[in-house]
Amino acid sequence: MNLTLHVWRQAGPSTEGAFATYEARDISGDMSFLEMMDVVNEGLIERGEQPVAFDHDCREGICGSCGMMINGVAHGPMKATATCQLFMRHFHDGDAIHVEPWRARAFPVIKDLVVDRSALDRVIAAGGFITAPTGGARDANNILIAKTNADDAMDAAACIGCGACVAACPNGSASLFTGAKITHLGQLPQGQSERDRRVLQMVAQMDEEGFGGCTWHGECQEACPKNISLDVIARMNHDFLVASWTGAGDKRD
Amino acid sequence: MPLDAHVPSGPIGEQWDRRKFEMKLVSPANKRKYTVLVVGSGLAGASAAASLAELGYDVKCFCFQDSPRRAHSIAAQGGINAAKNYQNDGDSVYRLFYDTVKGGDFRSRESNVYRLAEVSVNIIDQCVAQGVPFAREYGGLLANRSFGGAQVSRTFYARGQTGQQLLLGAYQALERQVGLGRLHMFPRTEMLDLVMIDGRARGIVVRDLVSGAVTSHAGDDVVLATGGYSNVFYLSTNAKGSNCTAIWRAYKRGAGFANPCYTQIHPTCIPQSGEHQSKLTLMSESLRNDGRVWVPTRGGDTRAPGAIPESERDYYLERKYPSFGNLSPRDIASRAAKEVCDEGRGVGPGGRGVYLDFADAIKRLGENTIRERYGNLFEMYQRITGENPYAVPMRIYPAVHYAMGGLWVDYNLMSTIPGLHVAGEANFSDHGANRLGASALMQGLADGYFVLPYTVGDYLATAKPAPVNASHPAFREAERGVADRTAKLLAINGTRTTDSFHRELGKVMWEYCGMARNEKGLLFALDRIPQIREEFWQNVDVPGSDAELNQALEKAGRVADFMELGELICRDALERRESCGAHFREEYQTPDGEALRDDEHFAHVAVWQYRGDHQTPERLQEPLEFDNVHLSQRSYK
Ligand SMILES: Cc1cc2nc3c(=O)[nH]c(=O)nc-3n(C[C@H](O)[C@H](O)[C@H](O)COP(=O)(O)OP(=O)(O)OC[C@H]3O[C@@H](n4cnc5c(N)ncnc54)[C@H](O)[C@@H]3O)c2cc1C
Ligand code: FES
Repeated sequence: MNLTLHVWRQAGPSTEGAFATYEARDISGDMSFLEMMDVVNEGLIERGEQPVAFDHDCREGICGSCGMMINGVAHGPMKATATCQLFMRHFHDGDAIHVEPWRARAFPVIKDLVVDRSALDRVIAAGGFITAPTGGARDANNILIAKTNADDAMDAAACIGCGACVAACPNGSASLFTGAKITHLGQLPQGQSERDRRVLQMVAQMDEEGFGGCTWHGECQEACPKNISLDVIARMNHDFLVASWTGAGDKRD
Repeated sequence: MPLDAHVPSGPIGEQWDRRKFEMKLVSPANKRKYTVLVVGSGLAGASAAASLAELGYDVKCFCFQDSPRRAHSIAAQGGINAAKNYQNDGDSVYRLFYDTVKGGDFRSRESNVYRLAEVSVNIIDQCVAQGVPFAREYGGLLANRSFGGAQVSRTFYARGQTGQQLLLGAYQALERQVGLGRLHMFPRTEMLDLVMIDGRARGIVVRDLVSGAVTSHAGDDVVLATGGYSNVFYLSTNAKGSNCTAIWRAYKRGAGFANPCYTQIHPTCIPQSGEHQSKLTLMSESLRNDGRVWVPTRGGDTRAPGAIPESERDYYLERKYPSFGNLSPRDIASRAAKEVCDEGRGVGPGGRGVYLDFADAIKRLGENTIRERYGNLFEMYQRITGENPYAVPMRIYPAVHYAMGGLWVDYNLMSTIPGLHVAGEANFSDHGANRLGASALMQGLADGYFVLPYTVGDYLATAKPAPVNASHPAFREAERGVADRTAKLLAINGTRTTDSFHRELGKVMWEYCGMARNEKGLLFALDRIPQIREEFWQNVDVPGSDAELNQALEKAGRVADFMELGELICRDALERRESCGAHFREEYQTPDGEALRDDEHFAHVAVWQYRGDHQTPERLQEPLEFDNVHLSQRSYK
């Protein structure tokens, strides 16, 4: 099939960006979206132009590197699918496709489709962990975890940190991302002692990074390549209220 | 070059304890004064960096992705082994050790493997303490499964995302140290050279992938945990960015490179669909627990799989290897698939595929159980191929997957360069000529959590490296080398893309140094690769500049290194005149087509020493002794 791409080109963080139009020819339905972009890029290099910069690595939908707004939708039209796992059989000959970077205050554009998502790492560093220094852990089977709890924790832990939730949210909120980590760790007995502190610190860091607040649009859940549910935000809000009420907030360090 | 593996004396079961006791310690107050540079944030790098920072060392960690959480370890699916014997099915440290030595076809160092099996149990405890959501039974205990070639159930897993969950555990420990200000993380930063002063590793030269700036970091110890080099084949199951640059630069600075030709081909990947293919996708080997592998008995049978009656199907693994069947080790399963396809019995486009059929398992266990076990893998398969594996059998074909070879390390995981430690897939240790499933995650975490925190300390306490900073002229010289190379790549302005060269290299590697190798083919490859390399340096087109985010430049630098490594792999494959594990030389096989080892001449590690760009590297040997597991022909019949 042949497609017309309108791709956001931006040379650097402080330069103006604009759409450029490219033709993608002889695209097979078995190609992934990124393989289609590879074809376009090889053509650009052959014509002496700069290829379109985009983040990618695993191409298996698990590393969370890739991410583009495709026709205005984070990761494109297929539900629960990261850009690298989107296959061209879902497009039609003659389609025009707009491709843009994630757009959010907390994700400044670095170049073309590449954005800076380091804010998400800082949210984790603020409290998205269980303190368990290496060595000295007790036997793993001494901690019993009901299968349902383990499964729920795993559902939330499946987050790949791609940032689609932020890009999809009209407020640019990272609540789905943060809620997922809080839910993962908060479901487990090992995660209880730091539970109050975790939610307070992570939420504070989220605010500091310039992510917006959650007003229940639900777009994040629609965009999530891993089907993380809005429930994790409810849980985060619940934990946040409890921690604030119980005064654990005063013990922040 | 000294090739003393520094294995502790005494019975194998006591060696690690003895070594730990013999080690010198760095006092808590002094740890802060030592800087450890950890390159890589995968399982090996992240676990090492976090653990060393917890101990109090000043740690800097580097990765080329935009976040340490995206290291390629994230993609591991199937599971991680540990000798917990929770299933009471006869497992033990000794059995895991035995299986790994045998699985590696007697080409690994017994002492290292024993230690790996020994600390495997601590890994699971550590990960559970961090909150890794391993699969559980209804009663709340940890669940296990059996995995590729093992007759006990010792594999722990988190759905089909074990690598992701283990890496997130290590990443969170690492970020915790970042938050505490004890660890500095440098994402989007690529190591481009190793800096040596007075014969020791004293730092690295890196390029900031966003600004393009080339700078140096000085340190007292350098840990390379930069993963595997399977992408030398272009198409592999590795992430696009996986590369050999860090270890190749270290090799050129004098670190011995061990067994480069041991590259593992994984039997269960989705077959290539066309020329545009950018990578191959692995379907976890755990699928072979319930899936049955078959091809039509007759060549050229183009009927739909469902229309082929049982009597006209050849379940060739079950037929040839009755006791292991569909769970035969990777090298055996891969070669068997190639064989039936070479006979013209392959299925799917191009005849390069075999069926992996779940119909019996679905009948026996119900679709729900299968969905529960492999749901996400089935989804992935359907997404990529457009076919529904609950209804029609999957098509699979082998693909390059893992590099057992890597930088040579001694028992302490130190390379032949003092102060340069190597961990995870980047080193050569533990897996011999063939890695068993679910053992790479185990090795990466063993190295990072439980070995390096001791051995790096021992090195620092013993060598007491003098303070150094990046103003030393050795750093300037290395930076200049990096800048010159970059300038050279950008100035070629040829007519071909880097990818076109990479694909060409990959085809030669796969054809002549892939699943089966022979002298004629290897000699051809050794002739051809330098030609491709020469053309690359004259005719590649790398657009853009060095002072910006330039992915084309990053790629060109990595492929340039692959072009050199490819040649070394072929040379190693040529010189190893035997078949062992994943290294199958057609000239050396038993009458029924199995790998034929030559223990008399090749029970050693081949270690290549760089001698200069236009010189043949020197091949050194570390003899291997088998005092515990007796040398025998592997048999999975
Ligand atoms: C698809 C797939 C599935 C797998 N499944 C399993 C499984 O089920 N069980 C199992 O045991 N094993 C499995 N493996 C193997 C296993 O995942 C890897 O061997 C292991 O994760 C490697 O870990 P590592 O820490 O050594 O390297 P990696 O995780 O590859 O990390 C490498 C790190 O080095 C960094 N790096 C590389 N080069 C540079 C440079 N020049 N400068 C700066 N940083 C650099 C990268 O940024 C990254 O952080 C699988 C592998 C694949 C490909
Ligand atoms: S490239 Fe890894 S998730 Fe898409």
